[in-house]
Amino acid sequence: MSDNIAIELKGITKTFGSIVANDNVDLKVYKGEILSVLGENGCGKTTLMNMISGIYFPDKGNIYINGEEAHIASPKDALNYKIGMIHQHFKLVDVFTAAENIVLGLKKDYKSANGNSRFKTMFKTGADLAKESIVSLSNKYGFDIDPEKKIYQMSVSEKQTVEIIKVLYRGADILILDEPTAVLTPQETEKLFEILKKMRDSGKSIIIITHKLHEVMAISDRVTVLCKGKHVDTVKTSETTPNALAEMMVGQKLSLNIYRGDPVNPEERLVVKNLNCVSREGVKILDDVSFTAYSGEILGIAGIAGSGQRELLESIAGLQKVHSGEITYNDPTTGKVENLRDKTPMQIRNLGVRLSFVPEDRLGMGLVGNMDIVDNMMLRTYGKGGPFFLHRKNPKKLAEDIVERLSVSTPGISTPVRRLSGGNVQKVLVGREIAASPTVLMAAYPVRGLDINSSYMIYNLLNEQKEKGVAVIFVGEDLDVLIELCDRIMVIGSGHITGIVDGRRAEKNELGILMTSSKKYDENLTDEEGTTDAN
Amino acid sequence: MQIKSSREPLFHLVKRDKIPWWKAWLIRIGAILLALVACAVISELITGVKPKDLFTTILHSWFGDADYREKFSIVQNRKFWILLQETAILLCVALAVTPAFKMRFWNIGAEGQVLMGCLASAGCMLLIGDSVSPSMLLVIMFIAAVVAGAIWAIIPAIFKAQWNTNETLFTLMLNYVAMQIVAYFCIEWAPSNGSNVVGVINRDLETADGGNYGWLPNIFEGFVKDVERPRMPEYAHIILIVLVLTALMFIYLRYSKQGYEISVVGESENTARYIGINVKKVILRTMLISGAICGIAGFLLVSGIEHTIAMDTVGGRGFTAIMVSWLAKFNPFVMIVTSFLFVIMDSGASKVATDLRVNESFSEVLTALIIFFIIGCEFFINYKIVFSRRNGKKLVSASNAVTSSDNDNSK
Repeated sequence: MSDNIAIELKGITKTFGSIVANDNVDLKVYKGEILSVLGENGCGKTTLMNMISGIYFPDKGNIYINGEEAHIASPKDALNYKIGMIHQHFKLVDVFTAAENIVLGLKKDYKSANGNSRFKTMFKTGADLAKESIVSLSNKYGFDIDPEKKIYQMSVSEKQTVEIIKVLYRGADILILDEPTAVLTPQETEKLFEILKKMRDSGKSIIIITHKLHEVMAISDRVTVLCKGKHVDTVKTSETTPNALAEMMVGQKLSLNIYRGDPVNPEERLVVKNLNCVSREGVKILDDVSFTAYSGEILGIAGIAGSGQRELLESIAGLQKVHSGEITYNDPTTGKVENLRDKTPMQIRNLGVRLSFVPEDRLGMGLVGNMDIVDNMMLRTYGKGGPFFLHRKNPKKLAEDIVERLSVSTPGISTPVRRLSGGNVQKVLVGREIAASPTVLMAAYPVRGLDINSSYMIYNLLNEQKEKGVAVIFVGEDLDVLIELCDRIMVIGSGHITGIVDGRRAEKNELGILMTSSKKYDENLTDEEGTTDAN
Repeated sequence: MQIKSSREPLFHLVKRDKIPWWKAWLIRIGAILLALVACAVISELITGVKPKDLFTTILHSWFGDADYREKFSIVQNRKFWILLQETAILLCVALAVTPAFKMRFWNIGAEGQVLMGCLASAGCMLLIGDSVSPSMLLVIMFIAAVVAGAIWAIIPAIFKAQWNTNETLFTLMLNYVAMQIVAYFCIEWAPSNGSNVVGVINRDLETADGGNYGWLPNIFEGFVKDVERPRMPEYAHIILIVLVLTALMFIYLRYSKQGYEISVVGESENTARYIGINVKKVILRTMLISGAICGIAGFLLVSGIEHTIAMDTVGGRGFTAIMVSWLAKFNPFVMIVTSFLFVIMDSGASKVATDLRVNESFSEVLTALIIFFIIGCEFFINYKIVFSRRNGKKLVSASNAVTSSDNDNSK
């Protein structure tokens, strides 16, 4: 049996300061199997994988590869041990072709695959020589790739394919994929799984890091669950259920259902009409977008990452230059209709529009990482009061309040927010935006990277706002969550609306098709409730 | 397949979570002591200078030679007060560059901005002279210096805000422009043709109460009684002015709205836009302040110390100030310590070069060595080294790289 073990970890421990990222973790991966590593965020999945791929070195414990002890001190060492990692953020050169990226960093090999003489090959680049191998790899596993295509012309899933071929080309037998499906549509995910299964059948060992339960069930042979840096259990996928896995992940029983109340007398709050935006390069990023956000409902926005969600929210918030179209706001207190287009965030606030925005980039836009919680609370309100001095009294109170109410785990309110974990950062940001008692709340990927408990807390906060009559706009990536949480789901595909569906009736497949559809959604074809039959 | 022996690395680095302040300072003091030991060893080895001679010479550079020290008294020790005054001027320039650096605006043009302040002060002193009252002249000089410094700083800021030009190159080049302008006026204002040296301005133009026109008066004159030839009053006024400026800058950066805006713009322009800060306005305003304080430094240099103008009046302080500011992590009060450190190192180094007859470059090597240790020790404050438990146990395992040719496609 031991012959069959590709890689074995024994007693691996890694600490960062006082934080124990991995505590005495054991792990076995057999040849020809797919192992899922499952766990909440911050449970040490990625740290563990980084130690296998040579980015970190363990404090304690041993790694055995094919039964022999191995020391992996650098990614190069990992490659020598035939380990390849596909990171969540691709590491590719945009202006190079697929083939050039694949051979990047390798020495030019004169003995090319078909045995040409040195003279014949010396005027060719490594990329030319590699093309044949790339094509044969593609045929073997069913990749769909053009080696000549430049990276910047590729879709996310194509880029991922290049990353996978890159490690295969370097001879990897153990592949580690860090949340490979986070950026893919359901259809692309299925295709990826097909490929992974083929690789497994040809004897490769595959480790997938994920926190999506249904994917674990769909693809893996075995599942290893980590919780707070510790190895909880490793089970056969066929002998477990999603609920059992979820319990292992969080260490407690929980219900996976998201509460959804009915909207209470919805009114038109924010109306967007024929909105167009053009990027600096002259590319259309928003194409004729029209929709209405009602008070007391959660409007979900689904779409492949980078389809214009960010630009849409930013143009409403006054951060993105609008080319044409209308953005109007109906003030619930005065009943006035305000135009928001071409206004700066400051002007919008001065109009009395209580618009809160939780941006996608939390530490790069919503918060200042090096400032403490109190100073971050002030971001929106520091201008109030006298002309010269800052007033830290109210922000301090707000900070204490948020830390207590949302149970933010932090050493204190004067800790820089970048030191907090992702979930706590998000609680601070959402807490601040909600504290402004908004009438419109826009949240872009508010649960990205959050563990189950924190995610549910965010859902509850959004629901609370909805009950208060706030028009909530929620940009999400997990379709299951969108379907469970939102009253209506708007699908956006390459800059235009491809459909608006009722959240209570939506099907995942239907959304998936809409996400990739190029057809523009036509309001006139739909019935009163805003449902549409997809294509 | 090639068999390769792999060895566990001897040690690895671990990021520290938090370090108590006393431990951090212990590391810093340890680093300085180590640096001194290294200096002693290196000078012994390379130049044959005995460590004892080296350190006594450095001490002399701070407190004067032996006969001075016999009647050593803080108020009387001229050398020591010169050191403090030097510190004050360097600190003033460091205070000037700090708001810009906090905003991540890489202003390396303080040298030129201070020089323009010097030029404006000297120009007023020379051209206006006794046609206004002495105090009026000082006010005019001060304003002229502040405006000149601010103009020299706002030029790159405008280009940065409007067209996003690179401020590093821009401010650096403006230094040379400033120097050439000063060179021109040195020729223009030189009292004798061809000497190109301006000389002490208004030496003979005395005011009613015994001072000179355009020279900063000794407000502490007669302040210290009962002591023979007190030196303190000659220098204390400049030191006091800069200390007040330090406190003001600390308050501005930490407790004012504008200081808060500077931090936000510096940390992330996206966040600044997101909350509706006018980034261009903040850049322009901050550089105006930065340049104005450079102008003040120029005014103090000309009116309070040099009473003349030359191309090297600023003497590289504009660049040293950058190190002072960074090393203090932009905290004005810590800058008092760092600027003092740079001044005493500099004075020690030049004394070593002249008294011990070693090459001047060698004393610069010593200074660099000390700075290297001080900056280097920050690494050990942030990280700790963990040595592996089984030292260098050799083992043979794992195949070497499979070259790209015999990879998957050969299967």
